[in-house]
Amino acid sequence: MKATPKSINAPRVVTLKINGQDISGREDESILDLARENNIFIPTLCHLDGLTDIGACRLCLVEVQGMNKLQPACVLRPSEGMEVNTDSPRLQRYRRMVIEMLFAEGNHMCSVCVSNGHCDLQAAAQILGMDHVRLDYFSKPRTLDGSHPRFVFDENRCILCTRCVRVCAEVEGAFTWGVMGRGIDSRVITDMDERWGESTTCTGCSKCVAVCPTGAIVDKGKGASEMVKHREFVAMLREQREREG
Amino acid sequence: MSKAKVATIWLDGCSGCHMSFLDMDERLLELAEVMDLVYSPLVDFKDFPEAVDVTLVEGAVSSEEDREKIIKVRARTRLLVALGDCAVAGNVPAMRNAFKVKEVIGRAYLEDDLTHPQAPHIHVPPLLVKVKPVHQVVKVDLVIPGCPPSANIIHYAVTELLAGRTPDLSNLTRFGA
Repeated sequence: MKATPKSINAPRVVTLKINGQDISGREDESILDLARENNIFIPTLCHLDGLTDIGACRLCLVEVQGMNKLQPACVLRPSEGMEVNTDSPRLQRYRRMVIEMLFAEGNHMCSVCVSNGHCDLQAAAQILGMDHVRLDYFSKPRTLDGSHPRFVFDENRCILCTRCVRVCAEVEGAFTWGVMGRGIDSRVITDMDERWGESTTCTGCSKCVAVCPTGAIVDKGKGASEMVKHREFVAMLREQREREG
Repeated sequence: MSKAKVATIWLDGCSGCHMSFLDMDERLLELAEVMDLVYSPLVDFKDFPEAVDVTLVEGAVSSEEDREKIIKVRARTRLLVALGDCAVAGNVPAMRNAFKVKEVIGRAYLEDDLTHPQAPHIHVPPLLVKVKPVHQVVKVDLVIPGCPPSANIIHYAVTELLAGRTPDLSNLTRFGA
């Protein structure tokens, strides 16, 4: 039994427009939630149901009337009378650019990847019509940590969505994964940038493997296209915990 | 009406895209009614002809020879098609881009315990510092991702191009397909 209710004031319901369609929603929901509830598609990469949204990947950018800057729908809250547009040539251009930059920055070779055919980045590229990268590839050598007995972390395929960091902290509570460095030098690391296999905090729960959108964190021993991931459990766990307090 | 002139070339790739081309099987006979294959690793012509209508390029641009070839082919082709992930995105050949050419040659020819470790230095074109997708060297008119793109995709793309249309392949193929 909960000792005190979470909030005395129930969240207000507001009305707004998404793509001209009248929509009402709670003010503590995100524009992304509201769009999806109304069958309006907004592409995402770093978002995963059950994890806190951080607006990192910029794929869900939307236009809001009266705001100059594009806003990430996953962390944007609705307000009364708001008018949101989720699709325009400008948004398509930006989203495609985001995907191109991700492909140019990492070393993504879909054809030989364990996650080929089951990859959120690859799927996003196809959905957004990104069929070639107009930028020069970065081709920076990155490390592969195979020290864990069951899992592999291949930094070449990491897009810094931090789903692993969030699931490890928010759901497992182990805080093994973290981010170090700034800008182009940013990296996802285990513990204090130590070998994963020697981690004293990792519980081996494999939640990071499941939530990783690409082939960056995977099971050992998988061949090309063999890594299939199931992620629904994160949202289920989160709901269950909220119900049980 | 004269037949369309179609060519295929093979740069740094595994020939899988050409195998996929051959997988069109009996449809190749239908294509032969409307096109002539004027240059290809599959036929024996010594020099790349002038005024080719469509050229399919398999493979990434990896060596000095590849670079010279693709510039010549571009100049002599109306519609240049990057066929497959190596041509479109670098793919496996581009995995060496994270290393220096000297390191790559060393790993392949010198580091192993060979009787006469020797890097190839005559009769082979020098490698470029970076492997590049075709569109980063010359203008490309159509990209067909896939590793390899299926025979169906190639057939669809070629027949559309020969009919004077630009095929939309976004729902049919993707990187790694």
